[in-house]
Amino acid sequence: MNQHTALSRRSFVVGGGSLFVYFALPKTQAAAEIARGSFPPYVVGPSAENTELDSWMVINDDNTATFNFGRTEFGQGTLTGMLQIAAEELDLDMNQVSAANLDTAVTRDQGMQVSSSSIEGAAPSLRAAAAEARQALMAMAAERLKVSPSSLRVSAGIVTTVERSGPSISYGDLVKGTKFSIKVTGTAPLKPVADYKLVGTPAARVDTPAKMKGTYEYLQHIRVPNMLHGRVVRPAGQGALAADLKVKSIDKASIADLNGVQVVQTGSFIGVVAEDEWIAVKAATQLKVEWDIPAALAGCSHNHDKMRAAKTDDRTLVDTGDVDKAIAQGLHSVSWTFKGPYESHAPFAPNCALADVRADSADVYCATQSLFALRGSLARCLKMKPEQVRVRYFESSGTFGHSCYNDVAQAAALLSQAVGKPVRVQFSRANELGWDNYGPAHLADIRAAADANGQIVAFEYQGWQHGWNFTIESTERLAFDAKIERPQPSPASQVNKQTAGGVYDIPNWRVVSHNVNALEGYLKGSFLRSPLDISISFGTEQVIDELAYRTKIDPIEFRRRNISNPRWLGVLEAVRTASKWSPHVAAEKKSGDIVRGVGVGIGTHFSSYGAAVAEVEVNKKSGVVRVISLVGALDPGLAINPASVEQQIESQLIHAASRMLHEEVTFDEKGVTSLDWERYPILRFEEAPLVTPVVVSRPDQPSTGAGEETMAAAAAAIANAFFDATGVRMHERPMRPERVLAALRAG
Amino acid sequence: MSTYTLVVNDKTAEINAADDTPLFYVLTNALRLKGPRFGCGLAQCGSCSVLVDGVETRSCVTPVSDVQGKSITTLEGLAARYAREKGLPQTPELHPLQQAFIDERSAQCGHCYNGMIVKGSELLSRNANPDEAEIRREMNGHLCRCGTYPRVIKAIQRAAREMRSMGKQD
Repeated sequence: MNQHTALSRRSFVVGGGSLFVYFALPKTQAAAEIARGSFPPYVVGPSAENTELDSWMVINDDNTATFNFGRTEFGQGTLTGMLQIAAEELDLDMNQVSAANLDTAVTRDQGMQVSSSSIEGAAPSLRAAAAEARQALMAMAAERLKVSPSSLRVSAGIVTTVERSGPSISYGDLVKGTKFSIKVTGTAPLKPVADYKLVGTPAARVDTPAKMKGTYEYLQHIRVPNMLHGRVVRPAGQGALAADLKVKSIDKASIADLNGVQVVQTGSFIGVVAEDEWIAVKAATQLKVEWDIPAALAGCSHNHDKMRAAKTDDRTLVDTGDVDKAIAQGLHSVSWTFKGPYESHAPFAPNCALADVRADSADVYCATQSLFALRGSLARCLKMKPEQVRVRYFESSGTFGHSCYNDVAQAAALLSQAVGKPVRVQFSRANELGWDNYGPAHLADIRAAADANGQIVAFEYQGWQHGWNFTIESTERLAFDAKIERPQPSPASQVNKQTAGGVYDIPNWRVVSHNVNALEGYLKGSFLRSPLDISISFGTEQVIDELAYRTKIDPIEFRRRNISNPRWLGVLEAVRTASKWSPHVAAEKKSGDIVRGVGVGIGTHFSSYGAAVAEVEVNKKSGVVRVISLVGALDPGLAINPASVEQQIESQLIHAASRMLHEEVTFDEKGVTSLDWERYPILRFEEAPLVTPVVVSRPDQPSTGAGEETMAAAAAAIANAFFDATGVRMHERPMRPERVLAALRAG
Repeated sequence: MSTYTLVVNDKTAEINAADDTPLFYVLTNALRLKGPRFGCGLAQCGSCSVLVDGVETRSCVTPVSDVQGKSITTLEGLAARYAREKGLPQTPELHPLQQAFIDERSAQCGHCYNGMIVKGSELLSRNANPDEAEIRREMNGHLCRCGTYPRVIKAIQRAAREMRSMGKQD
C-alpha cells in the first residue's frame, strides 16, 4: 500500500488497458479491521469464536500452511483472495499456503458461497484464526529462542530476532509433531492495513497454472471404481414450480435395443443407468415416457400481466416525505413501466455429480455453493442422517448462482442408491437450461419528478416479482412430492432499495415491493448473479436519465447534483474520466440508419459501489444493437487482489451486455422452451465490447464483494446509450431486434 | 460394438465402442483425457473441441467411426504438435497460446479454455498474424460464460507475436 499513499487525493495508473484508482490513506490510519458484513447466518455460517484453531489450519513440517476454510474457487479468484488474506496475517508467501478441498468431513461450515460474500462475510473469521495462529507461533518462538516476543520478526514463515545475527526458527519447526490445541478467541491483534505486503497486490491466481496445463481436476473428471453413468429423464423444459407433474406411463420396450440399461423410477423422478456413457445418453433420449403436464404457466408473453394482476404480499421498504404531492408539483415528471425477463444461469458446462451410496453411508462429489445445506437435503432424499453423508466439492464451470448443481447431486444419489453402485450423472444442455432455478422476471412502475435546477424531488418504485425457495430441488420434489412452502421475500428476492433510488438524495422517496406468490403458476426461481438488480437499474437509471434529459443537463452532471455519498461520486468520477466523457444533453438528433450513443449508469448488489459508461451502436433498419465499449468502475473498499477485481469487472460488463441484448427464458403454458444455445443465446466473440475495468480501491474501508456489483450499472448504461443514440426508451429487455424495431416504430 | 484404432496425440490406442459413439466419450472415458469437456452435445459451444488432422472438430457430434486412421490432437498434445510444426528440438511444456493465457490472466473458471486453445492454436497455425476482426470471426463459435472474450483475444495476439519472434530466431 505504501507506494500509493503519496498520491494526491486520487490518481490514475494506466497500464494494460486497465485503470487502478487508489484513494489515498488518511494520515492517521488505524488498524482498519476487515469487518464482518451484514449477511444472514445461513450465508456466513457459525462464528469463528471458540472454534479449535487446529480445525482452521495445519502448519506442515515443510513450513507451509494448509487451510480448511469453508470457501473455495468458483472461477472468480476467491480462493486466491482468501489465501492472500491468510498468508498476509501469518507473514507467509503465496507459495507457502494452500487450501484443502471442501469436504463436509473436514471443512469448517462457513455457510453458502453466495452473494459475493466470501471476502466480506467469511474472510474475517479466517483472518481472526490466522492472527490467533501468528500470536501462538510468536509465543512459541519467544520461548524457544529465549527472547521477548516483541523482539521477533517474521518473513516467509521464518521467525528471526531483530538483531541480524540472532537465532531463527521456522513455523514448521516450531509446530513439528504438535498441534496448537487452543481456541480462536478473536482477540489476537490484526496486522494493520498499512503494513500489508500481499493483500492489495495482484498476486497470481493459484488455480490458473494447472487449468492452463490441462492437469486441473474438475468435477467432470472424477471417476471411481465400478462407476456407472446415469441420466435423468424429464419433460424437456420444466413447467410451473408447484404444479403436479405425473408420469402416466413408461415404455421400456422403447429402449429394448440398448443393452444393460436400468430404468429407475421414484415418484415422478426417472433416471437411466448404464455402464457405457453413450448408452446412457441414448437411453435417456430414447425412453418413451408419457407425462401428465399441467398447463399452469402464463407463457412468457403474458407473465408480466399475470404478476400485475396477482394478489401480492406488499412491503413498503422506504417511505419518506410526500411522494404524491411532490410529483404533482414537480416541473418535470416521468411515469413509466419496465419489464425484465426470467434469465438462466446457463453455466458453460451443464452440472454433473457423482454419488456412491452404500447401505449406511454415502459419498457425493459435486459443485455446490452450499456444502452443508446440500448434505442435509441429500440425507432427506436417502433417508439417512446428515452425518452419514459426506459431500465433497470439486470445481465445475462458473455457475453465477443457483444452477442445477444440487439437483444433479440428488439425482446421482437416488440413482446410486437404486442400483447399488456409484453413479455419475451429467445433465444435458437441455436439462440445465430447462430445469434451472431462474433469475425471476420483474415488472416495475416508476414515477419521478425533478425541479428546474435538476434536483430530483420525488422518486417512487413499485416492483413485482416472486421469491424463491432454494431448499427443495427438482429431484426431491419429483421423487417425493416434497412440499414447497410459499417463498417469503428476502433482501435478494424483492426490490433492492439501494438500486431503486438509494444512490440519490431524494427528499420524497418510496419503494414498494409487491411480492407475488411463486406457487401460483410461475417458474422455479433462485439467485442469479446480481439477482433482480439489472431489472431494477434498467428502470431506475433510465428514469433518472430521462429527468436529466428533460432538464437539459448532462447525465453525469445531473447525477452529481443529486448524490452526496463520496463513494458513489468516486465510481461516477472514475468512469467519467476513464471513458473520456464529453458533457452533453442526451439524444441530440442523429441522422442515418446506423447511430451511436453513450450512456451512464450506477448501481450495486448489496455492498460495494458500481458505475459504468457504455457506447452502443443501433442499426435502425435491422434493430440490431451492438455494445461497442463498456467502462466499469467498482469500489469494493480495500481491493484484496486488484487484478482479480479487474477480471470480475470485465466479467460483469460482458455478462451484463449479454443479458441486456440476448438473454430471456422463453416458455409456453406447459414449460420452458429455451433449451439450447440457439434458443437461449448469449453474447459471442464478434459482439464482445471493448472493456475497461476501473478498480477504485479504498484501503481505509472494509473489503466487500466484487463479483456482481457493476452489472446493474452496466446494464443501465447500455439502455441509456441506446436512448442517446435513438431518442427512444426501451421499456423491456432484452433488447432483441424485434423488440427494438417495435420500440423505434412506436417512437 | 467394434474395435477402433485411434491415433490420439501421436499415440495409438485400440478401443471398443459402438459405431455411433461420439469421439468425445472415447476421449474422456476410455482414454481419460482432461482436455475435451462436455458442454452441449450439440456442437454449439466448442467445449469438446479437438484437432482432427489439424482441423478444429467438435468431438461431441463426431462418431468415432469417422476418425479412424486420422490424427487426433487434444489439449494435451498441442505443445508437441506445435514443436513438430515449428521444427523445435524439444517439446515445450506449454504451447505459446497456453502461456499467453497465463500471462494475460485470460481464464476465470477455465472450462471453455479447452475449446479456446484448440481453436486458437488452429488459427495461429494457419495465420501467423491474424487481426482482431479475424480472431473474433474465427473464435465466434466458441462460447464463454465468464466474460473472458476480450482477454482471449489479447492472449491470441500475444501468442502470435511470441510465435513470430520465435520464427525469426530460427
